[in-house]
Amino acid sequence: MNRLVPYLVLFLAALWIGASWMYPKTDPGEFDLSAFNRIPVLAGGRIKPMDTVARTSLLILRGKQTLRLPEGGKLSASRWLADVLFHPAKADAYPVFAVANQEVLGMFGFPQADKKYCTYDELKPHLAKITEEGRLAADMESAKRTPFQAAIFNLGNSIQLYQRLKSSIHQEGTAGFGKEIDTYAKAVAAGAANPGDGSGALDSDRLALLRAAVSRYERQSQFSYLMVVAPPAGGGEDDWLTTGAALMRVKSPDQIPASVSALADMGDAFRANDPAKFSKVTREYAGLLNIEHPEWAGRTSYELRFNQMEPFYHSMVLYVGAFLLACLSWLVCPKGLRKTAFLLLLLALAVHSFGMFSRMYLQGRPPVTNLYSSAIFVGWGAVALGLVLEHLYRDGIGSASSGMVGFITLIIAHHLGSSGDTLEMMQAVLDSNIWLATHVVVITAGYSAMFLAGFLAIAYVVLGLFTRLLTRESARKLTGMVYGIVCFATLFSFVGTVLGGIWADQSWGRFWGWDPKENGALLIVLWCALILHARWGGFIRQRGIMAMAIFGNAITAFSWFGVNMLGVGLHSYGFMDKAFPWLVAFIIFQVVLILLTRLPSKCWRSFREALPRDVTAAGFECQKGA
Amino acid sequence: MKVLNQLIEGVSSLRLTVFCLAAALVLVFAGTLAQVRFGLYLVQDEYFQSWFVWWQAPAGNFTLPVFPGGHLIGAVLLGNLIAAHIRRFSWAWKKIGIQLTHLGLIIMLAGGLATDLFSVHSFMRIKEGGNSNYSEDSMKMEFAVIDQTDPETEQVTAVPGERLASGGTITHESLPFQLAVRGFYQNSKLGMIGQGGTSVPAASQGTGQRVSVTAAARATRMNDRDSMSAVLEIIPVKGGDSLGTWLVSDALAAPQNFEFGGRRWSLQLRPARYYKPYSLTLLDFTHETYPGTQIPKNFSSKVNLSDLEVDDSRQVLIFMNHPLRYRGDTYYQSGFEPDNSGTILQVVRNPSYQAPYVACVIVSIGLIYQFLFHLIGFSRRKKTATAP
Repeated sequence: MNRLVPYLVLFLAALWIGASWMYPKTDPGEFDLSAFNRIPVLAGGRIKPMDTVARTSLLILRGKQTLRLPEGGKLSASRWLADVLFHPAKADAYPVFAVANQEVLGMFGFPQADKKYCTYDELKPHLAKITEEGRLAADMESAKRTPFQAAIFNLGNSIQLYQRLKSSIHQEGTAGFGKEIDTYAKAVAAGAANPGDGSGALDSDRLALLRAAVSRYERQSQFSYLMVVAPPAGGGEDDWLTTGAALMRVKSPDQIPASVSALADMGDAFRANDPAKFSKVTREYAGLLNIEHPEWAGRTSYELRFNQMEPFYHSMVLYVGAFLLACLSWLVCPKGLRKTAFLLLLLALAVHSFGMFSRMYLQGRPPVTNLYSSAIFVGWGAVALGLVLEHLYRDGIGSASSGMVGFITLIIAHHLGSSGDTLEMMQAVLDSNIWLATHVVVITAGYSAMFLAGFLAIAYVVLGLFTRLLTRESARKLTGMVYGIVCFATLFSFVGTVLGGIWADQSWGRFWGWDPKENGALLIVLWCALILHARWGGFIRQRGIMAMAIFGNAITAFSWFGVNMLGVGLHSYGFMDKAFPWLVAFIIFQVVLILLTRLPSKCWRSFREALPRDVTAAGFECQKGA
Repeated sequence: MKVLNQLIEGVSSLRLTVFCLAAALVLVFAGTLAQVRFGLYLVQDEYFQSWFVWWQAPAGNFTLPVFPGGHLIGAVLLGNLIAAHIRRFSWAWKKIGIQLTHLGLIIMLAGGLATDLFSVHSFMRIKEGGNSNYSEDSMKMEFAVIDQTDPETEQVTAVPGERLASGGTITHESLPFQLAVRGFYQNSKLGMIGQGGTSVPAASQGTGQRVSVTAAARATRMNDRDSMSAVLEIIPVKGGDSLGTWLVSDALAAPQNFEFGGRRWSLQLRPARYYKPYSLTLLDFTHETYPGTQIPKNFSSKVNLSDLEVDDSRQVLIFMNHPLRYRGDTYYQSGFEPDNSGTILQVVRNPSYQAPYVACVIVSIGLIYQFLFHLIGFSRRKKTATAP
């Protein structure tokens, strides 16, 4: 019976994952937002579902994917977006602008608070001031801005995004868009000439109407954040248009593109609070795009499902669970708990892989394309390696370390993802799938190995110092693991760095340019070489290897994030000032752990019975002699 | 003999390797942090491409070497590697990977040193429809005196910009006058006279009459570079009146002309030029962006390469990650002129550019061999250990 418990836990966890695969049901009496979510639009250079636009926009403005209303209750991202697009006046009263700077809040005359979610209505009187201060901040390098300037700059960008979103289908204040475009198209077809008297004189009313309409559509087209008008069947990505641009091409009512009339009807039904009509029009339009552009529609449907499943959130929870179970297995019920932890990790890795491969499918690119995806890949690689170790050694240490690394990297990814769409387009110089697939993947796998080695070493310190669990034999085995993983890290970091040099030689004309990111990679290679040579020379033993592996965490973290924070060089593509204190804290923590390894043997609970003098550094070479 | 043995022992020792690696680590880390304050290029010169890192005393004019520079560490490591290689070399299956790895590293370090010493980076700018047969150095300047009397061919006499820094007088057999350096600015700012301030004219002749010049701090930011200026007095060799002082500057685009001895002369301080025995004509420059955004998707330059010496003429497309390699020069798509009216190609002449490629292959083979060798041994032991 007991042997079945791990599988039972696995089954329950799988059920929990499976539940997220289900679409939420829409009540027949409500707006069918799941159909609305599926509609493809073009934004930021790629075709994505409305759902992604809604989630990423809200994430940029508010830092969350849902909206909590002051009067209680929650609004989904897509419901919020529908309000912004079709009913801007209502959306202006939602508290979506996160302002986390006291000085900025003070400037607006709001009471002192750490953070406040402002509505657009509240910010409206201060727009001129925000623009002015934002312009001053924009002229400065991002690294040199004060917190106030950074906050006002971000707020300015948020407001601009919001204003552009509001104009994505029609200009603000439009009441009946369906009727408006109908009148417009008829007027265009009739022409400005007055047919009544045959004198050739212009019909001044119609002329005024056309003039007003064209200038409105012109402005909408320039300002719009989204391109919502899909080309006719067979069109390409470059043929998408804004509603304004599409309307200016119309010569007669029958030329109004299906997208424009569908969105106009959706908006009118939404404003009239007619869920039945809204749902019907939306489903029909989604169905039409399914037929006309099956590939785009298929991709956006997939992306919608991927968004709703939140695979990285689910695997993060599983990693924590597996980590705790693996730790618990050292105290009670070792076999059963270890097995459960291992199975949960396998499931977590499967979900993690699903998420990662889904991103690859959606983007049509290798796994690592930006800082966000590097965090996902580092976790994935470390967990996979850790599982191999666990399979070989079966002592729970591999599981605990990979659970921990998986959890931490996905938390990091979560925070990196709050800057918007993580499937963004690649800058021209990075647009090379061969190099993205080789250099970037290999070097990121090197990070994975460094972190895994570091966390195994942390496990050594924690278990050795505070518990009696580490025997001479298991300490020797653990050192072998760390040594093996460091060898792996050396291989990957070195090859990855050199491949990067070759890419740089191909695109910038120099193999090595002492750019901070290159230096960071070199630091890892040098550190690995230092560990290996110090061990071969016998300058370090078991605890020395552990101390150096732990410092490898600090070096890898510096190379991964620290150099981006310096704000210099060609690679500084992801500047994040908020993460700086965390990085410092992480490095200090590593240093403390290293100091702990220097404590004399009598302080180590596991080694209290005096260690024999002849214990040499364990590892492959040592085992060879045995 | 004992001393010699000890020396060989020391030079090829693992202890020295570990020491060099640790020193390299500290240098790279310190250099990376220093880049925030002093910029990429200055740090490159002072930390990585130098024998020592010098500390400048805040008071007084003396400097002290405080840390070994990149060249010194690299050279010692190279010596250590070669010595260890010679001393410990042995034919054993389990050592082949290590041997290969270190051989590759030797090639890489030696190639890196050669690149530092011999490679030249420059830029070629071509307008659409125009052509060019020279590239311009991005860091080095040259002061050129051009005899333009003959409308067909220009006679150029050029001296490196650094020559002006040392002051004194410049003479050359092709020039009927000498040039005395009256002022030199490594980095400078020019201002128009009469637009606020009590600025004095930089020179008595030419553009310098309407412009003032002040010294500025060395440029440190990634995309900034020094704007060199100098004031020169033109004095006839065979005696006679001075032709006054002239301001030449990187910031003045147009050359300044004057007449002397019946010939037309022109003065210019400009990026150092490297003339090629062939020319490139820009047929078309394209700059694509992703739909609805400003994110660049691709830049490409379609050029016509024509080489009269070997009678070669062909069309080449240069774009991101696809450079043109020709006669030891490599052309990379680097940038573009405003309004996409022309292209900027980076031109690199690096005689040892193949070293990293060769080294990478050898080291990778070595590391993978060593890794697999251990892995197979490890799994074999694992099997025998778990077998009943």
